[in-house]
Amino acid sequence: MALQSLDIIRRSATTLPSPEIREPTGGQDVAKLIDTTKCIGCKACQVACMEWNDLRDEIGTNVGQYQNPHDLSDSSWTLMRFAEVENPKGDLEWLIRKDGCMHCADPGCLKACPSPGAIVQYSNGIVDFHEENCIGCGYCVTGCPFDIPRISKKDHKAYKCTLCSDRVAVGLEPACIKSCPTGALVFGTKDDMKQHAAERIEDLKSRGFENAGLYDPAGVGGTHVMYVLHHADQAPLYSGLPQDPHISPNVRLWKGVSKPAALAVMAFTALAGFFHYIRVGPDETDASDEAAAQEMARKQEKAP
Amino acid sequence: MTDPGLGTNEADRRATAAPGRLDTILRYTAEERTNHWIVALCFVLAALSGLALFHPALFGLSGLFGGGPWTRILHPFIGLAMVVAFLFFGVKEASHNRMEPRDWAWLRHVGDVVNNREDRLPEVGRYNAGQKLVFYAIVLCLTGLLLTGIVIWRAYFSLYFPISVVRVSSVLHAFCAFVLICTIIVHIYAAIWVRGSVHAMTRGTVTPGWAWKHHRAWFREIMTHAANSRPRSD
Repeated sequence: MALQSLDIIRRSATTLPSPEIREPTGGQDVAKLIDTTKCIGCKACQVACMEWNDLRDEIGTNVGQYQNPHDLSDSSWTLMRFAEVENPKGDLEWLIRKDGCMHCADPGCLKACPSPGAIVQYSNGIVDFHEENCIGCGYCVTGCPFDIPRISKKDHKAYKCTLCSDRVAVGLEPACIKSCPTGALVFGTKDDMKQHAAERIEDLKSRGFENAGLYDPAGVGGTHVMYVLHHADQAPLYSGLPQDPHISPNVRLWKGVSKPAALAVMAFTALAGFFHYIRVGPDETDASDEAAAQEMARKQEKAP
Repeated sequence: MTDPGLGTNEADRRATAAPGRLDTILRYTAEERTNHWIVALCFVLAALSGLALFHPALFGLSGLFGGGPWTRILHPFIGLAMVVAFLFFGVKEASHNRMEPRDWAWLRHVGDVVNNREDRLPEVGRYNAGQKLVFYAIVLCLTGLLLTGIVIWRAYFSLYFPISVVRVSSVLHAFCAFVLICTIIVHIYAAIWVRGSVHAMTRGTVTPGWAWKHHRAWFREIMTHAANSRPRSD
């Protein structure tokens, strides 16, 4: 959202660097760590998110599971996803994952966005949408490897978790963190969060989850929302969390080399025309052509 | 063109009213000209709004359409209008655009074409091979733009397609638009280069010398037709 006092390091649809001379001492990378192994699915974080951000989603329908609402939306920026998984031992595992924006270091949404400054990345790593610049094209949806942004039916703008950039900017932790009763959600510098995760993973391994691990996918440059997973080797078990997310090669092609290359070729085509005119000149019809035409017409007249 | 030289408006009548001497020849009727320029205007608007969304350096073009959101709203509708307008035009012109053996021969003389050495070229019908290729490029690009454009039309259709299809369509849409824009740049330049072409598409007529020089087979066809259809007493 627009109200922010954080330094912007990257801006959508902007070819030149953002102001970058300041090196805020408190501007280290921040991260939210979501420990799925501690989550009890109480949805306090969903409520806190609604409350802090003044969001009220439409009342949905019960489809026979705890997940509610059914999906992320323009006014549901975070969501507990409940997956019931039968493990090889035949036991049921209830894998609950708090879904929402991952705040990628290399954000696909920002790469795809055509509107200057509609998506920004702050020096602390938070990726934020500035809706007043959003044109509603939905390219961020196309670019996101995690299927997070949602276009509102009301105002045709894109919305997603802000990582409470407005709170973080004034030294507070995100609202969801504040509300978590089990300590499954923690927030701090990315380094601290990694260290905390390492301790958790060690504990999990000692208790038989040998594949426990940290989800901080390198394909998108790492994320500023990370998970501790009991089964880090099987991320898709957690309601389709991608194992190795990355910006799609098609999006890279579309938003990468093709932009300058296509403009250059178009400009070159026009220039080629211009210089053809300068060198060869126009192809004109003169009096002799007219005479030849009249001559042919006369012959044709006599011929039939 | 089965009935050349027969028109209804003033310019068209003048084109055929030449008892002794051959005057001007009608190349495009008022309907064809109107249709062509509707397509052309749609193209310009679609290209400008599309380029605004394609490259950040050109985002300022969105100001021509009332800002970013209006550009996003209008672009697909302009595109649809272009496809519909071209459909009418294309159906009418398709029969004149079949590639013939002499067209392939013409293409092999591309060096003579670009150096204005028309005396060395095979005879050309109503359209030359270059114009025919432009026609096919437009047909293919517009088809591609229409199909991929529907897929990436977020407000109405994108939700019905898997994300991978949307991504591929985004690339293909940009690619088709790129090819089309380059094609139209060539098309516009060719019209400036070959004097008399712009007049043909704005006023409808060409001189006999123009037809003889650039489209001799078409010229001969018209002469034959005119001679056959002329009353014997003339």
